[in-house]
Amino acid sequence: MSTHHVKVTVNGAVKEADVEARTLLVHFLRETLGMTGTHIGCDTTSCGACAILLNGRAAKSCTVLAVQADGGEVMTVEGLAQNGKLHPIQEGFMEKHGLQCGFCTPGMMLSAVALLKQNPNPTEDEIRWGLSGNLCRCTGYMNIVKAVQYAAEKMKTQ
Amino acid sequence: MAEVHGLGYSMKRKEDPRFIRGKGNYIDDFKLPGMLHLDIVRTPYAHAKIKKINAEKAMAIPGVLAVITGETLKQYNVHNMPTLMSDTQMVLPLDTVKYQYQEVAAVLATDRYKAADGVAAVEVEYDPLPVVIDPKKALEPGAPRVRDDKPSNHIWHWEWGDRSAADQAFAEAEVTVKQDIYIPRIHVSSIETCGCVAKWDSVEGHLTLWMTTQAPHAIRTVVALITGHLGLSEEKIRVISPDIGGGFGGKVPAYPGYVIAVAASIVTGAPVKWIENRTENLAADSFGRDYHITAELAGKKDGTLTALRVKTIADHGYTDAAANPSKFPAGLFHICTGSYDFKSAFVEVDGAYTNKPPGGIAYRCSFRVTEAVHTIERMADVMAHQLGMDPAEFRMKNFIRPEQFPYKSALGWEYDSGNYAAALRKAMDMIGYEALRKEQAEKRARGELMGIGLSSFTEIVGAGPSHTFDILGLKMFDSCEIRVHPTGKAIARFGTKSQGQGHETTYAQIIAEELGIPAEHIKVEEGDTDTAPYGLGTYASRSTPVAGAAAAIASRKIRDKARKIAAHLLEAAEEDLVWETGRFYVKGSPDKGKTIQEIAFAAYTNHPQGMEAGLEAVNYYDPPNLTYPFGSYICVVDIDRGTGQVKVRRFVAVDDCGVRINPMIVEGQIHGGLTMGFAPAMMEEIQYDENGNIYGATFMDYLLPTAVETPKWELGETVTPSPHHPIGAKGVGESATVGAPAAIANAVVDALWHLGVRHIDIPITPPKVWALLKQHGAVLEE
Repeated sequence: MSTHHVKVTVNGAVKEADVEARTLLVHFLRETLGMTGTHIGCDTTSCGACAILLNGRAAKSCTVLAVQADGGEVMTVEGLAQNGKLHPIQEGFMEKHGLQCGFCTPGMMLSAVALLKQNPNPTEDEIRWGLSGNLCRCTGYMNIVKAVQYAAEKMKTQ
Repeated sequence: MAEVHGLGYSMKRKEDPRFIRGKGNYIDDFKLPGMLHLDIVRTPYAHAKIKKINAEKAMAIPGVLAVITGETLKQYNVHNMPTLMSDTQMVLPLDTVKYQYQEVAAVLATDRYKAADGVAAVEVEYDPLPVVIDPKKALEPGAPRVRDDKPSNHIWHWEWGDRSAADQAFAEAEVTVKQDIYIPRIHVSSIETCGCVAKWDSVEGHLTLWMTTQAPHAIRTVVALITGHLGLSEEKIRVISPDIGGGFGGKVPAYPGYVIAVAASIVTGAPVKWIENRTENLAADSFGRDYHITAELAGKKDGTLTALRVKTIADHGYTDAAANPSKFPAGLFHICTGSYDFKSAFVEVDGAYTNKPPGGIAYRCSFRVTEAVHTIERMADVMAHQLGMDPAEFRMKNFIRPEQFPYKSALGWEYDSGNYAAALRKAMDMIGYEALRKEQAEKRARGELMGIGLSSFTEIVGAGPSHTFDILGLKMFDSCEIRVHPTGKAIARFGTKSQGQGHETTYAQIIAEELGIPAEHIKVEEGDTDTAPYGLGTYASRSTPVAGAAAAIASRKIRDKARKIAAHLLEAAEEDLVWETGRFYVKGSPDKGKTIQEIAFAAYTNHPQGMEAGLEAVNYYDPPNLTYPFGSYICVVDIDRGTGQVKVRRFVAVDDCGVRINPMIVEGQIHGGLTMGFAPAMMEEIQYDENGNIYGATFMDYLLPTAVETPKWELGETVTPSPHHPIGAKGVGESATVGAPAAIANAVVDALWHLGVRHIDIPITPPKVWALLKQHGAVLEE
């Protein structure tokens, strides 16, 4: 197995490591960098628990090799809050009870951030479609939709 | 001063700040120095002799340290383990595998990639054996035998009720209906799979086991019982259940992977991590349901129900690893008389072995309540339609009336409280029932298919009273220990374990209500057997009914002591003190009082002579009865005659779970529960082909609802407090999952009854509906 040197900007900080070619980005984040906020829920790119932003777009990090992210920029849940201030999507999830067990939450929030970047004023149906790559088993999605609406509203005034 | 935020306040959750920052501590987040990784070799055959396991190539991979087989474990006599129903489950097989994806061997390696390499390199030779998948066939003479150590595939027969009274009622009935109902095998699929980290300290002879368990104390006892002969006694075992990424019952049992990880850590002296992948989770962990039911109702022409008979075959896979109270092999299935006043009832269940994974536990409802509710609520509609009665009118006619509570059911349960008609009326008003029936009639005249389905369920949760309920002999009490610190803040520990239900918040609110200490000043801890009091854990909606009650009772013990201290401080007689939230004052002198914080400080600095210092209490709560939440759900569906697609247009859910501690959390539980009712009603099923190959071992085949499919729920409530629970609360977590499927199935059959359709088994998929439309000549051909 060949090893490769990768250099990825994660939440604004440059991170470098030697990884096997087969190393998944999610394992690079969780195990090499110790950033365990990004979760793993399936092996088939179905659940979205591992969703992150890769070069500004939502990506499922279980289906990206670390070497593919070389030279790129990654944002994870750990990068949402800035200078101790929560991101509006984090506030929204807390205010609207958009999480229960919390396991899908990081991926859900990152997908929502990507959605709001593309579409700052989504309708309810657009939110539901925008999050259709992320599974939640606890909440029934109702309050997740409200959390995204909260964030959309808040981001307009910022 | 912070607000108290007791009962009825929608407090924001105390657990959220860590979760929204990605700072939860889930099992796979643990990383210990020198930690090894375990991965498991699984069989592609559903039934086979193992001829040979060749580990040579695997062992040649750098980083692979060991290949563990049943023979390895046999040296320590841990190759088998008891199930929660006292059956036997293989940890690793000696010579035979019994279902596809069963554990065959385990590979220990320095990282998870190398462990997976090792699994791929282990060569196993099998000799396939005949397979039986259908439990009905399994019970026929001459069927392939699943278990060599059992005389047949018949596990047990269980019956309840008065057979002769029911038979007589059927003989005398003016009307009877009969229906076969299959409730298929499904899987909880919490987004976090199962796993553990086992750490053996060979110097201290001590095991720490971090694991995804809903019942850490019971697991510790089970581990001690399994490994006691190796000297691993209970005080040397610490089970820690960290943050759990969803449980729903799937994290109650002990799975082989946990045991192998423990054994591997003991043998190597290194910490060992085992994390399931999704396929292992779906294909090998405990399933829910798989009940083949035949139900019959007897009644009068005016619609009065008289008797119920139910006969069921329960598919348990290759071993009975259900998590039921030990007296009840079919759980609480005998709640199947539901919300109706039956004079007689009889229910019987036969358990069968098949070449499928073991289980029969839960899917957000253990103890078979969903199976019971689905049966009675489907049958209520069958009978109503048969009689030409409106299903709502039929239910209203047969409900147990409010004045009949406490109500003794024909199958022996004592329902604590209920007002079923009020909940149904409220749901009908919310949805505009009469107008919908009118719309339906108009649409039917135009050839459009619209259906309205009802489900007026009765739940039974909060197991349970010690005279009736135990698991492996452990009585099903639960516990709370509260310690009030000198400055009036507190820590409370429980025998339960939240998996997303928000215990850190709601338990704090119960204590806040009782003691007047602000909920934000109360830290709640669960899941560590070294620190928390013993309890049976969180499942079957038992946390609030049992541990929640313990929190209230422990708080009241503290308040009793606080009264003595206050009397001492105020130089007044105890009986002259009046309690208001957070404060005792002298009767007639409201200004003369002491707050709970002042009293707490005195408990450590100025307590009466002769009194023990400190302010703490523990309660092990043995509930006097179960609690009986209920509700009425109404679902409206539209069916596409071209494709068979069913669209849930509206879904109104009126729930009564007694007193609500945190309305926001209760509503969240109901949203989630409804979605886990919708899922098996419309999408989810784990099927097998005749060779025992699983269909549905990935999320590409086993379909969980996304935000797009999930209906927009409309909630309502009524409040009928439990008369025996200290704060009047009942459970709520599983109610909606129990009640929702029947409402959806009833709506679909309601839309199709006039075509001649009498029943449809869940999941109600477009091909199934299309086939029914085709059969009844109703497909719209373009």
